[in-house]
Amino acid sequence: MAKKPASVKTTKMVTDIVVHLFLVIVAIVWLIPFVWIIAHSFRGESTGMFCSTFFPKEYTLDNYIGLFTDIKTMNFPRMFMNTFIISIFCCLISTFFVLAVSYSLSRVKWTMRRPYMNMAMIINLFPGFMSMVAIYFLLKAMGLTEGDRIPIALVICFSAGAGAGFHVMKGYMDTIPKALDEAAYIDGATRWQTFTKITLPLCKPMIVYQVITSFMGPWMDFIFAKIIVRAEAQYYTVSIGLWKMLEMEYIGGWFTRFCAGAVLVAIPISILFMITQRFYQEAMSGAVKG
Amino acid sequence: MAMKETTKLIPAYSKVGPNGLLTALKNGGPMIWLSCLIMGLGNILAGQFIKGILFLAIEIAFIAYMVIPHGGAYWLWMLPSLGDTATEEVWNDDLGVYEYVIGDNSQQILLYAVATMAVIVFFVIFWRASVRSGYLALSVKRSGGKVPTMKDDIIALFNENIHKLLMAPPFMMLAIFTMIPLVYMMLMAFTNYSALNDHLILFDWVGLQNFAAIFDSTSAIGRQFGSVLLWTLVWAFFATFLNFFLGTFMAMIIQRPSTRLKGLWRSILSLTIAVPQFVSLMIIRNMFKDNGAVNTLLQNLGFLGQGEVLPFMTDATWARVLLIVVNLWVGIPYTVMQVTGILQNIPAEQYEAARIDGANVAQQFRYVTLPYMIFVMTPYIITQFTGNINNFNIIYLLTGGGPTYVGDSAGQTDLLVTWLYKLSIDKQQYNMGAVIGIFTFVVLAVVALVTYRSSGSYKDEEGFK
Repeated sequence: MAKKPASVKTTKMVTDIVVHLFLVIVAIVWLIPFVWIIAHSFRGESTGMFCSTFFPKEYTLDNYIGLFTDIKTMNFPRMFMNTFIISIFCCLISTFFVLAVSYSLSRVKWTMRRPYMNMAMIINLFPGFMSMVAIYFLLKAMGLTEGDRIPIALVICFSAGAGAGFHVMKGYMDTIPKALDEAAYIDGATRWQTFTKITLPLCKPMIVYQVITSFMGPWMDFIFAKIIVRAEAQYYTVSIGLWKMLEMEYIGGWFTRFCAGAVLVAIPISILFMITQRFYQEAMSGAVKG
Repeated sequence: MAMKETTKLIPAYSKVGPNGLLTALKNGGPMIWLSCLIMGLGNILAGQFIKGILFLAIEIAFIAYMVIPHGGAYWLWMLPSLGDTATEEVWNDDLGVYEYVIGDNSQQILLYAVATMAVIVFFVIFWRASVRSGYLALSVKRSGGKVPTMKDDIIALFNENIHKLLMAPPFMMLAIFTMIPLVYMMLMAFTNYSALNDHLILFDWVGLQNFAAIFDSTSAIGRQFGSVLLWTLVWAFFATFLNFFLGTFMAMIIQRPSTRLKGLWRSILSLTIAVPQFVSLMIIRNMFKDNGAVNTLLQNLGFLGQGEVLPFMTDATWARVLLIVVNLWVGIPYTVMQVTGILQNIPAEQYEAARIDGANVAQQFRYVTLPYMIFVMTPYIITQFTGNINNFNIIYLLTGGGPTYVGDSAGQTDLLVTWLYKLSIDKQQYNMGAVIGIFTFVVLAVVALVTYRSSGSYKDEEGFK
């Protein structure tokens, strides 16, 4: 390109400086809530919400220690384990459902295929909270809302809808050439064998994405969990616990511990999210290369 | 490309030709007609004992469920009235005590009746399958072929019938825990199931009364509905388009050739996506409270006097603007992620050509970038729009719908979905909650139908034959 006159160069430099200043401000705005909560999770002077300065003056580890040792009112370790166990079951069931539905829709011709897809689309349009009350009554009628059966109810709640959430996975399976399947049939493979030996291995990045996404579900949701668990504190999931800590009666003593808990939940979830993004991008670059 | 069916039905079956229910009834003869009453008869006669007995067992179980006391027939019988007997205390003369006589529970009747209807639908599916299967088996036997055994049928489940095997569990779960509750809630919209006038145990059908109340702008609920609907649409509009334009702007700034550290800016933005929303939103809510960090900061910096606060959560306008701004904080990173990929796909020649024609940066954006973006992003924008109509989290976690005027059930920042939640969970006005749910669905369905029909993936789908 031809050499530019000096004035153009200056304008360009000024623009560059303005742009970078702007980006720095943007970055600060986006980071402040996180920096703030990390700072306050180490706050030493008081445990309530109110703090006379934006950043605390004294720092301590007590909030983290208290979160794990003071388990009489809020049993955070237990909540963590509850959520972890529920997530594992949820993730196994949802992933299987999504894979089964996606394969059937992407690879097999059957009469009810289109009606099923339309039905799923309609279901997805209803606000999920609308049927929440009914699901609670239904689970109650099945006796799943009492005592140690509550975790089962939660697993059902979080994974029952997976059969309607096939879109991303099905879209991905559609990109796998059908010729691969046909080659396998000619070699005498059954549908089940093509499913497990050809489709599933090719879907690996998408499966990882699906596994982690459904694993994260129970960590994020607090609405369904709150309605099903109600006051049974020993079955709280992390999100209900964190929510509780900010309620009137607890916030005075628990705000800084809430910050600590939020940091502890956010770190693994963010890492998992970054992993999903990597696999998602890998998946988007195509199932079969070359 | 059409998929070739290299593996066919079990060979014996495929010889008999069409096998729909009508064909079976027309050509089946007396034995098949009889098997319409006694499920599995055809299979048993053809020698498929296990299959036949399974069908028969399903029929017996179904009939038993329908006729036992408090079984299916009872609930269907109670459905029109939804029960009339209230729980009463009755004086028992022999024992000299008051006894409770448990009355009807309308909510239970409605739920069980809907479940019974689902059972009937499933039974009809099995019934149809049994008649067809009996007809097939008998036809094979008559034509002298080898009737497939149970083992053959199971093997078929892993081959040409794999969709039946794979779809059964997800579909069952979907039917029980999504479809039954949905039908149940929709029916609720036509009842007076509500804490108002004490209809929590016994309630009745009221026809379209609830819908009339919603549209009657003189009633309390009708007036609130109008304002909530208006705010929902205003919110969805601003939340979607501000996000889109500012997000595009941000993506383009990062994309500029002379911007340094592109990856750093993008990862800072994507941190918002990575941290669970309920965590970040609860943090932000606490920062914007009257005695929260933002007001404290402004006081310490001297912008506000001691004791002066900005009413982020207590004034309707402040709360609404705050929501839209926070939603930018939440949403811009998503837009940046989407747009970045698309911007890279715009052919460089188009910019080259525009520059040669003397277009400046603004004109390049207006005539090259924008038309391309709008073309590619329209489905995304509409999805975002419907997502924002349904955006429960941000409203519920940030303002809780507040501020709320005394006597109202809807706050000034409530969307239809959060109002639905409040009505059902806090106020126990389940019927009104259901009406609003149906209304939300209608709004979403109209928007989605238009998008979905015009989207590429729907049209491509037609090619699957």
